[in-house]
Amino acid sequence: MTSSFSFFDLLITPFTDFAFMRRALVGSIALSIGACPIGVFLMLRRMSLVGDAMAHAILPGAALGYLFAGLSLGFMTAGGLIAGFVVALLAGLVTRVTILKEDAALASFYLISLAGGVVLVSLRGSNVDLLHVLFGSVLALDDNTLLLLAASTTVSLLALALLFRPLVLECVDPLFLRTVSQSGSVAHFGFLALVVLNLVAGFHALGTLLSVGLMMVPAFAARFWSSTLDGTILTATLIGMISSGVGIVISYHAGTPTGPTIILSAGGLYIFSILFGRRNGLFLRLLPRKHLAA
Amino acid sequence: MLRLLTLCMCLSLLSGTPANAAEPVPIVASFSILGDLVHQIGGDRVSVDTLVGPEEDAHVFDPAPRDAARLAAAKLVVINGLGFEGWIDRLIKASGGVPRLVIASVGVSSHRALIDGREMTDPHAWQDVSNVRIYARNIADALISIDPEGGNVYRANLTRFDADLAALDNEIHSAISAIPPERRKIVTTHDAFGYFALAYGVEMIAPQGVSTEAEASAKDVARIIRQVKSEKIPAVFLENISDPRLAARIAAESGARIGGKLYSDALSKENASAGTYIAMMKANIRELTKALMP
Repeated sequence: MTSSFSFFDLLITPFTDFAFMRRALVGSIALSIGACPIGVFLMLRRMSLVGDAMAHAILPGAALGYLFAGLSLGFMTAGGLIAGFVVALLAGLVTRVTILKEDAALASFYLISLAGGVVLVSLRGSNVDLLHVLFGSVLALDDNTLLLLAASTTVSLLALALLFRPLVLECVDPLFLRTVSQSGSVAHFGFLALVVLNLVAGFHALGTLLSVGLMMVPAFAARFWSSTLDGTILTATLIGMISSGVGIVISYHAGTPTGPTIILSAGGLYIFSILFGRRNGLFLRLLPRKHLAA
Repeated sequence: MLRLLTLCMCLSLLSGTPANAAEPVPIVASFSILGDLVHQIGGDRVSVDTLVGPEEDAHVFDPAPRDAARLAAAKLVVINGLGFEGWIDRLIKASGGVPRLVIASVGVSSHRALIDGREMTDPHAWQDVSNVRIYARNIADALISIDPEGGNVYRANLTRFDADLAALDNEIHSAISAIPPERRKIVTTHDAFGYFALAYGVEMIAPQGVSTEAEASAKDVARIIRQVKSEKIPAVFLENISDPRLAARIAAESGARIGGKLYSDALSKENASAGTYIAMMKANIRELTKALMP
């Protein structure tokens, strides 16, 4: 190391030297802006595991798209969206007309979708490991993938703005919403569609399973910093963007695989928030007696 | 009756054609390239079944119960060895043992590759044609010992095939020597070409480890791009079974030419350009010449 080695070299040079680093950063930041607010709503509605279920539901659709047209952005996106929407709609239908609760209906359909996808893929007689292909490669984002990420984020933000009031009502008092308005189910399905859209966009960059991580973990961490909805959403998005940047830089210097490193960075911020968060952080909860005494 | 039978056998030995042409010897080869070699030597006297078929990835092969049944039905099982088929021991155990196992690479001087500081045996020995001449001899010996009646056929086929291989070896050497020495280097997504590099003097640089399971980090990609730029490497090659998006990104960023397909571990489907081992090596040399010629 020469004496010119500095903070600047550590954080800025990787991005000025390499376009793929800038693309990775832009792509994952776009993803954070779209997915993190959705994660906050999932958490508030106690649907934290729904993201995981939808990711599994999407996987076979994307795999089929891959089998039909190879590594085609369009086919894999369309396949993932269709599989996700079908599972969300069927689960909603079963919840509304039968005695099954939503979690049970969703779990059953995503498992069926996953198993069906695996069977279809092996019927084609290919042993190519689809999980590997679908792992996403945040280092290989081309123009079209970046456009897809940006488009999905734009659509989610606009749709969230439209659905904001009914969504908040459904979080805090779903019965009240049902008595005053019919918009509850529209908001519900619109919201699930947004979850699917963001996961499908995310799997091109991070893979289906890790994109759930970028959606949910920043939301959990943000809970320890803000008590208002707006604050939580902003904090979650910020944490998502910081995790993306930090993860990419660590992957550059330490040589770790980039996607998992981004999620691990978010995980690190989450644990930091549990310990030192301004609201209900463990450290502050150990201290309040001193505050009272003073 | 007995006399007639003896006569038939004598005739068949004289003419060198199988008397029991309706019942070829069942043989299982672990992957498509070996399957072709067995077919070249065995001709119509054998029926070859390959576990990992054309365009499939032997590194991530997941044996099914059906494969154990296929092994159990075989008179002879041919594998590459050198650690290429990590799953073969389990599979043989599952099938209740096989009558005869031949390791085609016996007698090949294997080379070890240093990957991420870890030294391991490179199993892709067939990328050097002189090794495949040893493979062919090993396979012929095994066939003769389980089916002595066909000895003359196998020996004749071996002589013919060995001459073809010798001609192929010469063809590759002369094709490479036509390329200016400073341009004899490429980047490929999968470093299966260590033996090719040693035998024919083409430098191969890979962004991933020797196994297709390893995920590239930002550090690796940056190192490759830097190297492509500083050493003026003329071409980047995509492999037929690895993530092509990463190689495309590296090519776009470094200004190198994108080569076509280089076949490493699997033949193409029949009727395509690389349906046999010799066709595969010729296809590779065509692509290399096209990308590296100034």
